[in-house]
Amino acid sequence: MKMSLIHGPLSNVCGVKSNDQSEALSTAGQCSPWNHTMYPSVTGTSVLGIKFDGGVMIAADTVGSYGSLAKYRALSRVMRVNDTTVMGTGGDYADFQFIKSLVEQKVIDDECIADGFSLNPKALHSWLTRVMYNRRSKMNPLWNTYVIAGMQSGEPFLGYIDKLGVAYEDKSVASGYGGYIAQPLLREALDAAQRAGTGLSEAAARKVIEQCFTVLFYRDARSWNRFELAVVTKEGATVSTVNARSDWNIANIIQGYE
Amino acid sequence: MASLSVCQPQCGGFSFENSKRNALLEAEFTKLGHSLPAARKTGTTICGVVFKDGVVLGADTRATEGMIVADKNCSKIHYISPNIYCCGAGTAADTEMTTQIISSNLELHALSTGRPSRVATANRMLKQMLFRYQGYIGAALVLGGVDAAGPHLYSIYPHGSTDKLPYVTMGSGSLAAMAVFEDRYKQDMEEGEAKQLVRDAIAAGIFNDLGSGSNIDLCVITKNNIDYIRPHDEANKKGVRSGSYKYKRGTTGVLTKNIIPLDLELVEEVVQTMDTS
Repeated sequence: MKMSLIHGPLSNVCGVKSNDQSEALSTAGQCSPWNHTMYPSVTGTSVLGIKFDGGVMIAADTVGSYGSLAKYRALSRVMRVNDTTVMGTGGDYADFQFIKSLVEQKVIDDECIADGFSLNPKALHSWLTRVMYNRRSKMNPLWNTYVIAGMQSGEPFLGYIDKLGVAYEDKSVASGYGGYIAQPLLREALDAAQRAGTGLSEAAARKVIEQCFTVLFYRDARSWNRFELAVVTKEGATVSTVNARSDWNIANIIQGYE
Repeated sequence: MASLSVCQPQCGGFSFENSKRNALLEAEFTKLGHSLPAARKTGTTICGVVFKDGVVLGADTRATEGMIVADKNCSKIHYISPNIYCCGAGTAADTEMTTQIISSNLELHALSTGRPSRVATANRMLKQMLFRYQGYIGAALVLGGVDAAGPHLYSIYPHGSTDKLPYVTMGSGSLAAMAVFEDRYKQDMEEGEAKQLVRDAIAAGIFNDLGSGSNIDLCVITKNNIDYIRPHDEANKKGVRSGSYKYKRGTTGVLTKNIIPLDLELVEEVVQTMDTS
């Protein structure tokens, strides 16, 4: 009996009809003995990214939700890959940890080979897109949305990949609820800078990101008011923690519902 | 002398007869292979804000039928009473008819009380009707006005719940509009500031939500004045064609010209007079 070549820890036997498969399995009408979970457990919410003059920054809050429980309030969803690349994620945290270890190994390999080349954001984006798309095609997705940012040949790079393998680059990206709530604010900031003829400065970009997290904390029920901010310029990549400001004074004037 | 009337047994609660009928109709339709026509929704971004002297209501002007724009410039800010206006999102027919019914009832009520109507009254009437229909009337409303007790702003949901807030947004573009409000709302704004804020909130909905589009309508309600500004901002003007693509006369050479008059025979002549009595 010929053995199929696609067996391995990451393969999904069920979706693949190979001629090498034993007849007994298909005539029995049964699918594979493996059943892949199709729901996330510990999740992160939005990740935001915006390009500015001379660099790019991404940010994600530090909470890991277990359904509606804010279980882990000091999770890091932003990863500094190397001097030119950072990566942020929303969605299942376990799947992120898996990808994180693969990326860390890539970085170690780069350091070992030491040929002057290191992982750049476009390469990481390209590799991760293929991983995500292939996993979804095997009906075993990595339940994440990734935002990859960095400096690519001296120019800012900002890319997005989701669990279906949808991938694109843009001047501003947002995952999850950020797409509905923060993206309009990010786009308006970029448009205003374009109308004024100047580019968006780093300080202005940081200001709009902080405003976005304030609004997300008001309106996203799975968010948090502390976030990590990763900035990449030609000087390098840094990750810092920022507290989002919120003003609840309006509560004093609201009374009743009619 | 009091006359006897046939007493009908008091049947309290809700009657869901029509739901059964609807389910039957839908099943029959699908059996025949047709689908029921999609209700025309207003996609929509609507919002309202309370400022120092009154309220500003805003709305976009796109009405969608599924994925197609049915009306590029529909009016979503409806008249309720001289001092009260209502923006509507959801099913277009539902918002239009519901606001008209309440407007009519409110006028009768005002005549009965002898006082100008209050926003809270309109709110009560709307929510009592929407609750009675258990959400089947798909009308999500932003109700605003100025009455004897000051400026008021309500948001009313299809199932009949209401919220009384200083700023509200509804519709598919509500998250984009709310983001703008949460970022820049201040208490006791001036009229100009409030108009700019509402304009920006609707613009965020128009440019970031596919269900909203075209122009921005505003309605500014103050104690003694209504400003129904339609459109306040033509954010999506149709492009002007930069050149004429007409071919000049003589581009195609004419070889021969043959004019043949049609030979018509008058068969019957009938004169019908209009009844102007």
